[in-house]
Amino acid sequence: MRNSEDLQSCRYEVSQSEDGAVSLRIQGRMDASNAGRMIEGIKFLLKDRPPSSLTVDLEKVTYLDDFGALVLVELKSLMTGAKDKLYITNASNKVEDVLSILNFDTLGQGISFTKKPSPNMFTRLGEGVFRQASDLTFTFTFIGSVCLSLLYVCLHPKSLRTNDTFLSMEKIGVDALPIVGLISFLLGLIMAFMSSVQLRQFGANIYVASLVSLAMVRELGPIMTAIIVAGRSGSAFAAEIGTMKISEEIDALFTMGFDPTRFLVVPKIVASVIVVPFLTLFSNLFAILGGLVVGVFMLELTANAYVAQTIKTLTLFDVFWGFLKSGAFALLITMVGCLRGFQVKGGAVGVGRATTSAVVSSIFLIILSDSIFAIILRYWG
Amino acid sequence: MMKRKSVIQVKDLVAKYGDDIILDRISFDVYEGEIFAVLGGSGSGKSTLLKHLIGLLQPYSGQVIIDGDDIANCDEQTFHAILRKIGVLYQSAALFGSMTLAENVAMPISEYTDLPKTSVDNLVKMKLNLVHLDGYENHLPSEISGGMKKRAGLARAMALNPKILFFDEPSAGLDPVTSAELDNLIVNLNKNLGTTMVIVTHELQSIFAVAHRVIMLHLSNRGIIAEGDPQYLRDHSQNPFVKQFFNRLAGNNAGID
Repeated sequence: MRNSEDLQSCRYEVSQSEDGAVSLRIQGRMDASNAGRMIEGIKFLLKDRPPSSLTVDLEKVTYLDDFGALVLVELKSLMTGAKDKLYITNASNKVEDVLSILNFDTLGQGISFTKKPSPNMFTRLGEGVFRQASDLTFTFTFIGSVCLSLLYVCLHPKSLRTNDTFLSMEKIGVDALPIVGLISFLLGLIMAFMSSVQLRQFGANIYVASLVSLAMVRELGPIMTAIIVAGRSGSAFAAEIGTMKISEEIDALFTMGFDPTRFLVVPKIVASVIVVPFLTLFSNLFAILGGLVVGVFMLELTANAYVAQTIKTLTLFDVFWGFLKSGAFALLITMVGCLRGFQVKGGAVGVGRATTSAVVSSIFLIILSDSIFAIILRYWG
Repeated sequence: MMKRKSVIQVKDLVAKYGDDIILDRISFDVYEGEIFAVLGGSGSGKSTLLKHLIGLLQPYSGQVIIDGDDIANCDEQTFHAILRKIGVLYQSAALFGSMTLAENVAMPISEYTDLPKTSVDNLVKMKLNLVHLDGYENHLPSEISGGMKKRAGLARAMALNPKILFFDEPSAGLDPVTSAELDNLIVNLNKNLGTTMVIVTHELQSIFAVAHRVIMLHLSNRGIIAEGDPQYLRDHSQNPFVKQFFNRLAGNNAGID
C-alpha cells in the first residue's frame, strides 16, 4: 500500500511491506518552508500502523538544512519505541555533511529541556530572607556613603560638581515648572469649587480663601510637588544610574578613582533639595490663583478681599513648615531614585523594575514622612 | 565554478548623517554563497553601510537590492519578506536578557514557522548544538561568557536559516581561540548550508581565514578604495592605505584614525 503527498517544493512517498517495514522516499527540498507540514503529515500516516522498521530514502533530496534534519530527528524519536530502527539510505555527500555537523547520530534521544526544579517553600523563604537582608545592608551602606560624601562636600565645597548641579537644578526644577503650575492651578480651582458648595450655605464664602491657602501651603503643595518630582525626576535618576550600571560606566568611574556617590548622587541631592522647595512655593501660588479665579467669578468676592483673607490666614510658620517638608521630600526622592539605580542587576528588565520601584517607594515614603511631620507638629506646635 | 548570481546589489548608495556625507556613491555586488567582508578602519563607514544593508537606515539616495527587492524603496510587505531572508549577529550579540538561550532562539522559530512545540524544542537544541552550546539551554545571557553570547546570537540569527547572514565585528572582544572557532563555524555554515555571509570587520587574521572577497572602505574618498581577494590585495595592491591596513603599519592619519 502506498501513500504520497505533495508539498510546495517537496514530495514524499510512504510504502509498507508485508512484515511491517515502512520505507519513506523523499524528493526535493527539505527546508523551513515545509518541515512543519512534513512532520505532521508523516506522523499522521504512521499513526495507524506503527512500523517495525523505517527506511528513509534521501536519494532525490536536493537540499537539506537543519529544518530538514529536524524531520529525520522527529522520525528517529518516533522509532525509539519500536523494536527496530531508522535507516537512512542514499544520502548525498552534501546531506551527509549537514547531518554530521549537526551531530545527527546523538540527536533525538531523550531531548528535554529539564527546567530547574522550583525549590520548596522553606528554601524560597530562606532565599527571600537572605535577599532582603542583603538589600537592607546595601541600603544602609548607600545611606552611609551618601552621608560621608555630603559631609566631604560640606568640608570641601570646591569638590561639588557645580556644572552637574546646575544642570540637575534645571531638569528637576525649571523644566517641571509648567506641569507643576498647571496641576496646582487646577487643584486650587477644584478645592475652591468643592469647598464653596458647602461654605456658601452658611454665607461663609470668604473662608474659601482660607481653606485653599492653608490646605495647599501646609499639606497639598509639598505633597503634590513631591509626587510630580518623584514621577519626573526620581524615575529618571533610577533609569540613568541603572543604565550606567549595566553598561559598566559606574565601574569605569570607580576604577578612575571617582567616588560614584559623590560624582552622581551628591549633585542631584544638592540640586533637588534647593530647587524643590521653590517649586513648592510656585505650586502654592498657582493653587491660590486657581482659588482666586473661582472666588472672583463664582462667589462674587473681590480679588482684594480674597488676597487679604489669604494673607490673614497664613502665618510665616506655615510657609516655612511647607518649605521644610518639601526639602525633606526632595532628599527622599533623590536618595530612593539613586539607590534603586545602583541596585540594578541584569539588563533592560532590571532598569524597568528599578524605575517602577523608585517611583512607588518615593511616593510611599513621601506620604509616610508627611504623617511623621504631622505628628511632630501636633506635639511640638 | 559556481554561477555568479548577485544576492545583494548596492548601487550608488549615498549615506548622510545630517550634512555629513559618510558614504559617497558606492556600488558593489555580493554573490550567492560567498563570504564577503567589508573592511576599513574606524570611522570609515563600515557600520553605517551595514545598517543600510539591513534596513535600519534609509539611504539618502541610491539602491540596496537584496535578492531582487530594493530594501530602501519597497512596501511594508516586501520589507518584511526581505527581513525574513536575512539574519544579523550584532556586535554585542543583542540577546534578550530576560529570556533563556533556548527561548531566545525559539522566538523567531515559533513565531514564523508552523512547527509543533516539541519540534521547536528539538530544533532549538540542534541550533545550539551547531554552535557548541549544548547544555546551556536554560542559561540566561547574563550567566554566560562573551564568546558564548556571540555563538548564541549566531544561533538566533540563523534560527530561520536565512539566505544572508550579516556579522558586525564577529571577533570583537573575543580571545584568539574563541575567535578562530567562530571563524571555523562561519566557514562551515557557509559550506554546508550555502548561506551568503557579509562580515564587517577589521580583524586581519579572521579576514584571511574566512573571506572569499572583500571591499575596503576609506575615509579619504568616503567610498571603496579596493575590492577583491584579500590575499591578492595584501601582496599586490599599490594603494598606500590598503598596504598599511594589511601590513598593520601605523600611518600619518591614514590607516586608522
